[in-house]
Amino acid sequence: MNPIAAFDFCGTQLIADAEGALIWLDQSLLVVADLHLEKGSAYGASGTFLPPYDSRTTLQRLETLLANYSPKTVVCLGDSFHDTCAGARMATTDLKKLSDLTCEREWVWVAGNHDPSLPVGLGGSIEGIFELGPVKFRHEAADGVVYGEVSGHYHPKARIRSRGRTMSSRCFVTDGRRLILPAFGAYAGGLNVLDPALGAILGCNLVVYALRNGFVHKVGRRSLATELEPAQSALV
Amino acid sequence: MADMNVASVETKRLPNGNLLPEILRDWFEDRDWMPHRHQLEMLEAARDGVDTLLIAPTGGGKTLAGFLPSMIDIAQNPSDGLHTLYVSPLKALAVDVERNLTVPISEMNLPIRVETRTGDTPQHKRQRQRFDPPEMLLTTPESLALLLSYSDAPRYFSNLRTIVVDEIHAMAGNKRGDQLALCLARLKSLAPCCRRVGLSATVAWPKALSVWLAPGVAPEAVRIISGEDGAEADVSILMTKAEMPWSGHSGVHALPEVYNEIKKAQNTIVFVNTRGLSEVVFQELWRLNEQNLSIALHHGSLSRENRRKVEAAMAAGQLRAVVATSSLDLGIDWADVDLVVQMGAPKGVSRLIQRVGRSAHRLDRPSRAILVPGNKFEVLECRAALEAVTESSLDGDPPGEGGLDVLAQHIMIVACSGPFNPDLLYHEVTAAAPYAGLLRKDFDDVLAFVDHGGYALRTYERWRRLHLQEDGTYRLRSSGIARRLRMNIGTIVEAETLKVRMRGGRVLGEVEEYFAMGLEPGDTFVFAGRILRFETIREQVLIASSALNAEPKVPAYIGGRLPLTTHLADRVRTILSDPNRWRDLPAQVQEWLQLQRYRSGLPGEDELLIETFRRREREYLVAYCFEGRNAHQTLGMLLTRRMERMGYAPMGFVATDYVIAVWGLAEVTNLDTLFDEDMLGDDLEAWMDESSMLKRTFRNIAVIAGLIERNYPGKRKTGRQVTFSSDLIYDTLRRHEPNHILLRATRQDAARGLTDIRRLGDMLRRIKGRIRHCRLDRASPLAVPILLEVGKERINGSVDDLLLGEAAEQLIAEAIK
Repeated sequence: MNPIAAFDFCGTQLIADAEGALIWLDQSLLVVADLHLEKGSAYGASGTFLPPYDSRTTLQRLETLLANYSPKTVVCLGDSFHDTCAGARMATTDLKKLSDLTCEREWVWVAGNHDPSLPVGLGGSIEGIFELGPVKFRHEAADGVVYGEVSGHYHPKARIRSRGRTMSSRCFVTDGRRLILPAFGAYAGGLNVLDPALGAILGCNLVVYALRNGFVHKVGRRSLATELEPAQSALV
Repeated sequence: MADMNVASVETKRLPNGNLLPEILRDWFEDRDWMPHRHQLEMLEAARDGVDTLLIAPTGGGKTLAGFLPSMIDIAQNPSDGLHTLYVSPLKALAVDVERNLTVPISEMNLPIRVETRTGDTPQHKRQRQRFDPPEMLLTTPESLALLLSYSDAPRYFSNLRTIVVDEIHAMAGNKRGDQLALCLARLKSLAPCCRRVGLSATVAWPKALSVWLAPGVAPEAVRIISGEDGAEADVSILMTKAEMPWSGHSGVHALPEVYNEIKKAQNTIVFVNTRGLSEVVFQELWRLNEQNLSIALHHGSLSRENRRKVEAAMAAGQLRAVVATSSLDLGIDWADVDLVVQMGAPKGVSRLIQRVGRSAHRLDRPSRAILVPGNKFEVLECRAALEAVTESSLDGDPPGEGGLDVLAQHIMIVACSGPFNPDLLYHEVTAAAPYAGLLRKDFDDVLAFVDHGGYALRTYERWRRLHLQEDGTYRLRSSGIARRLRMNIGTIVEAETLKVRMRGGRVLGEVEEYFAMGLEPGDTFVFAGRILRFETIREQVLIASSALNAEPKVPAYIGGRLPLTTHLADRVRTILSDPNRWRDLPAQVQEWLQLQRYRSGLPGEDELLIETFRRREREYLVAYCFEGRNAHQTLGMLLTRRMERMGYAPMGFVATDYVIAVWGLAEVTNLDTLFDEDMLGDDLEAWMDESSMLKRTFRNIAVIAGLIERNYPGKRKTGRQVTFSSDLIYDTLRRHEPNHILLRATRQDAARGLTDIRRLGDMLRRIKGRIRHCRLDRASPLAVPILLEVGKERINGSVDDLLLGEAAEQLIAEAIK
C-alpha cells in the first residue's frame, strides 16, 4: 500500500496520488478533474441545504497538493465549477484563495460541460483541448480510437470485492490508451467503472487505481463488482 | 392483542357491572362470557377520565379492553367525526384489530365505523377519510404524522376523545416512539380533552412507561392496570439424548426431538434467533417431516405476500407449526398456539417471556415452552433464563432522550400544517416525554437547520424554507416543500437490500446488499426455505435458480443477531460460579464444568477469568467477560490495538456472547495494564473515528432530518443520477463545523446505540484488581467453544485460520483428556 502509484502510460511516467491528482514529474505538471466547486450551494435554491463547505474543502486539498509537488503547471480537466453561477455563490474568501492559486503558476482550464465560461478575476487560460508531448488532455473522452488521452467527466469509482465484502472508492481507470481521472470535488459522486457508459469507451484490459484512506490500490478487473441499488422497500 | 376471547372461565362476579350498558351486557351474556377484571377497570378509568396504561400479557382481551370504553361512549353519545385513534407499530396489526372490532360492533349493531389508515390505504379512501372520518381510525405512527401535516388537521382531530397506543413498549425508546410522542403532544394541543390509553406487554419499568405515555401529568395520576397473569408458564429445557455440540447455535442436533413435540402439539411456533438459522431449522424439520405436517417459515426477509399468506394460514388453523424469527415477536395473535419452542439461547428474559406468552392465550391453560440450547454454553444461558422467567425478573432499559433528527422532521410536519409560533411549539415539544429535557438552544438550532441549514456560513439565507411573519409566526415558503416532506415522512431507514427472484419466476423476498455482494455465480445459499444457486444480479434484483441436492452456503444476516442482555449475562455468571447450582444442568454439561474446575478454574461472580496458553506456535488469551457479542467485538478492537502498542504482536481475535479470544506471537503477562479502564479513552476515540459506525449513523440522521431525501416527486433515483454521498457530506461537515446540529445528533445517536461501550466500561471498573489469571499448558474445556469459532471467523484481513483444517476432535480430545 502506498500513498502514490507510479505507472507507464503511452510512453510517459505518471503518478496517481491518493488525493485524486495525476502528476507528470518530467513536465512538472499536476492534473485534477471535476472540481465541481459550489456543488453544495447549487441545491440551495430547491431547499436542500448541504453543508456549504465543499469548495473550501476542495481548495484546501488542492493547496496541499500544490505545496507537496510544486508543479509549474496545473491543468483542470473541466467541470471545475458546478454551474455558470457558481462563482457568484462562492464565499469571498474561497474565491480569493482560488484567484491566488491560479495566479501563482501556469494554469490551464479545460472547458467542461458544466462550466463553458469561468468567473472573472481568475488566472489561467481556457482551452478546449490541451496537448503536451504524446498526451491529449480533454474534459470528456472522444469517440473512436485514441492513444494517449487523459480525461475526466465520468467520475469513475470502483466497487472492490474482497473476502466477501465490497467497498467503494474513487479511482483512476485506464485501458492503456485512455486514462480517466477521478472527480476531485468534495461532493462529486461517482460512476462505477463497469457501467456500460464507461464500457463503451474503455477496452477490456482495465486497470484501476483505487483511492482509499490515503492509499492507492492497484486493482484488476477480476476484483471489481458492479453497482447495486437498494430494492424499493415498503415503509410501515 | 387483537383477540376477542374474553375469558369464558372468569369466575368472579362483576363488582361493577353497571359500567356496562345493557347492549354490551346482553352481548356478553349471549356468548356466555364475562368481562375480565382489567376490562372493567379500564371502564372505570374511562369514567374517571384518567390516562391509563394497561399492562397485560398477550391475549386476555387486551385490545378489547382498550376499545370497550370508546364503544360504549359512542353508542351512548353518537360522535361527530373521529372519536378514537388507535396507533400500532404494525400495519398488519391495525388490519387485524379492524377485523376483530367489526364483529362485535356489527353484532351489537353499534353506530361505529372502524377503518384503517396506513401506507397501504388507497388514495381514494384516504381522500374520503379526510372529509368523512370514521369514528375509529386505526393507524401507524408514520401515517399519523402524515395526517398531522395537513392544514385541516385541527378540524380533523377536534372531536378526538381517546388515543389508544398498542404495543407501546415496542415504540417507547426508539425513533418511531420519538415521532409518536411528538405527534401525541401535537394532538394534545389540537384536542386538549383527549384521553390517552397505552397497551403494553409486561416490562421492567411500568412507571417510566406511564410517564412516557402521559408526561406532564403527575405520575400517580396515570392509572396503571395489570391484566391477569394467567396460568403459570410451563417452561422447560429440552434434555436431549443426543450429544450436545461444543459450538454453533442452531440446536439442529435436537430437531428429531423437537419434531416429536410438534407432532404431539396442536399448533407450534418455533422461534429462531436469526433469519439464517431459521432457514436451516426449517429445511431440517422438513427433512424429518415423515408425516407431512404443514410447517411454514416466517421471517423479515420474505416478501410481504409470503408472510401474509403464512399469517393467514396460521390464523385459520391450517398450520401445525411455523418457524419464525423476531418477525413474529409482535403482531397478530393466534389463540390456538399451544407450544412455543425456542431454538438456541433466548438472549433476553423479556423477549423470552413475550415469546412464551404466544402460546395458550386462553389464560386457563398454562403456556408451554421448550428451550433448545444450541451448545454447552447455551445450556447455562437457557437455565438462567428459565430461572428468570419463573421469578418474572425482566430486563431492558427504560426509554431515554429523543433524537434531534426526529425533531427536525416534526418541525417540518408542523410547518406544513400551517404557521406556527416557535415559543409555543417549543412548549408543545417539551410536553413529549423524550423531549422533556430539550434545551431551548438545541430547539432553536434544529429550527435553524430546518429553516436554512443552520450553518455558521449563512449561505442559504435567501432560500430560507420558512418565512417569519409580522406576528412572530413562521410560515412554509412553498407548497412544493410540503409535497416533498410528505413523501419522506417516517423514521425507519432500512438497510440496503436486493430482491431475490427465481430465474423467470417470482420474487421470494429480500437479502441485504452486503450478503449479495459476497456471492460468486454458482454459489448456493438457503433462502425462503429452499436452496438457491446464485446466477447474477440484474437491475437491482438477485436472480437465482433452484439448486436441488446441493450443499448450501447459509446466509448470515445482519438484522438477525440479538445481543445478550446484561441481566441474563449476570445470571449466567452466577450459575457458573456456584457449583451447587449445577444440579439442574444436563449431566454432560456438569461434567464439562467439573473438568474445567479441575483443569483451570471458574470465574467468581465478580471476577474476570483470563486463561493464557500456547498452542501450535501461537499465544492465546481467552477472557470470560459475558458482556455480549457486540461489546466483545468492540473490546477485541481495543485490546488488539493496545497489545500492538505493548509489543504482543496480536494477530486476530474472535468473540462470542460469552467469551473473547485473542491470539498472537508473544505471551501476554501484563494483564492489569492491558485491561485498564483507560482503554475507553484515547483508544476508543481513535477507533470510533476510523470505524464506519459514525458515518452510518450520520446517514440515518441526514435522511430522517430531511437533508437527504429518499423519494422525489415523480421520479426514482437511478444509478446515473446519484447526486451526493452522505459520507462525503459527513467528512466535509466534520472538518468545518464539528458542532453542527446534525453532528451533535449523530453523536447523541451513537451514544444511544453504544450501550455496548457502557457495558464495557462497567465491566472494566468491576474487574479492576479482580482478574484471575490461569496460565495453562493447553486449552481448557471452557475455551473449546470459542477456539472452534476461530476457524469460522476471519479477522483483520490477514486470514490466519489456525484451526481451519485441523480436526475439531483433536482440539476437544486435547482439552478434555
